[in-house]
Amino acid sequence: MDPKPLWLLAELTYKCPLQCPYCSNPLDFAGPRFKRELSTDEWCRVFREAKALGVLQLGLSGGEPTLRSDLEELVREAHGLGLYTSLITSAYRLTKERLAALKAAGLDHVQISIQGADAELSDAVAGTASYRDKIAAYHYTRELGFPLTVNVVLHRRNLHQVEALIRLAETLGAERIELANTQFYGWALHNRDVLMPTRAQLDEAWQVVQRERARLGTKLEIVWVLPDYHEQYPKPCMGGWARAYMTVTPAGEVWPCHAAGRITSLRFENVRDRPLDWIWEHSDAFTRFRGDAWMPEPCRSCPRKAQDFGGCRCQAFLVVGDAGVTDPVCSLSPHRPLIDAAVAEVERAAAAGAAPDEWTYRAAPASRALAAKG
Amino acid sequence: MSPPPPPPVAVTAVPRLHPKARLQRDDVRGRDVLLYPEGLVVLNATGTAILGLCDGVRSIAQVVAALEQRYGAPAGTVKPDVSAFLDGLAAKGLVTYGP
Ligand code: SF4
Ligand code: SF4
Repeated sequence: MDPKPLWLLAELTYKCPLQCPYCSNPLDFAGPRFKRELSTDEWCRVFREAKALGVLQLGLSGGEPTLRSDLEELVREAHGLGLYTSLITSAYRLTKERLAALKAAGLDHVQISIQGADAELSDAVAGTASYRDKIAAYHYTRELGFPLTVNVVLHRRNLHQVEALIRLAETLGAERIELANTQFYGWALHNRDVLMPTRAQLDEAWQVVQRERARLGTKLEIVWVLPDYHEQYPKPCMGGWARAYMTVTPAGEVWPCHAAGRITSLRFENVRDRPLDWIWEHSDAFTRFRGDAWMPEPCRSCPRKAQDFGGCRCQAFLVVGDAGVTDPVCSLSPHRPLIDAAVAEVERAAAAGAAPDEWTYRAAPASRALAAKG
Repeated sequence: MSPPPPPPVAVTAVPRLHPKARLQRDDVRGRDVLLYPEGLVVLNATGTAILGLCDGVRSIAQVVAALEQRYGAPAGTVKPDVSAFLDGLAAKGLVTYGP
């Protein structure tokens, strides 16, 4: 079967007023590779090509997508095509008027991140005072009748707030709360030793999630994104490489997932040079790991390969240095000791009561410095 | 630990599509789908027909009667399928029952 994409993540800009240390954007987001942003017309063409290719779900993300003054126009085009549109925003300075204009343009769903259950922690993690704007925006979305997802990235400094975060989402009348344990890509990998929680923290939070799911039923959907370093098997990343999902970056590169651009051994195409269907069907980045012919052992003869697709190619590249090996978080991978060592180091430091290091905030100066280092 | 199963829904209840869900034709794959935040449900012809009748006015009994008439099905044969289908969507929060 020839797979067709269902999902498109449109990263409209990498500019962002927040500075989350776990941000999944590339470390060199402020560098030359992402500088020349797609125009309104170019994005509209991407949406049309995506729809013709089979895409039904569109995520408008970033960076901070509301920084694009043409966002309403982009939503209108996507809505006219029949795409289900989700805005993925930090809600910084997001006004009710703007949200109402987006609603009128046909926006279907709003997802707003929060970095902690109270202003003090949320603003400290975001690196920018934004909690007040977020709470205000949550209320606006409800008043305007948007379905609302509250999104929280979890790590060592906010995992203890899981219960408070769920209660907050409940009080706000959200449909879903996404509790996403940090996945170690981009800035999160750079800050891994500071962000990674202890096993005890994760166990406690998981108990809370189960209890709250039982209490809330369908009233609030609680999504728990697994902390894969602490699992035995890898996640079925993206539902399989180049099977259902594509990301278009601010300057038009097309990636099989939002972290794939770091894989230096792949060749990425740009929507400015090629039509989207060609990129999906023929580009090196999309064809290299599609299906299972590329798989080495232990995946090749593993009964789980149809279930997890050998895990994440980006993680294999970032941790092992080779995108074509088994995801190192898999307990059957010969590289699992690399993961175990990182986990053990966190446990050791926590047991010794060592004060954790400071993280590096995601910000343009730090990005340019890292890009210059290569 | 899962919540207790909800009580059976009365045939007088009026099923409605939750505002977060939207019916959409998937031209590329030649099918109808129900889209919602971060997901979709693939519909078969019966599913599309059922949802097409859930206009926020018809009760379950009236949806069933309309389907029986449309397909010339004997009374009582359609109801279990309709209930199972709608309850499945209700469990996902995509259909709500009201008066
Ligand atoms: S994770 Fe934080 S810094 Fe990164 S794009 Fe989102 S809001 Fe901005
Ligand atoms: S060996 Fe490969 S297919 Fe098997 S569980 Fe590990 S990652 Fe998945």
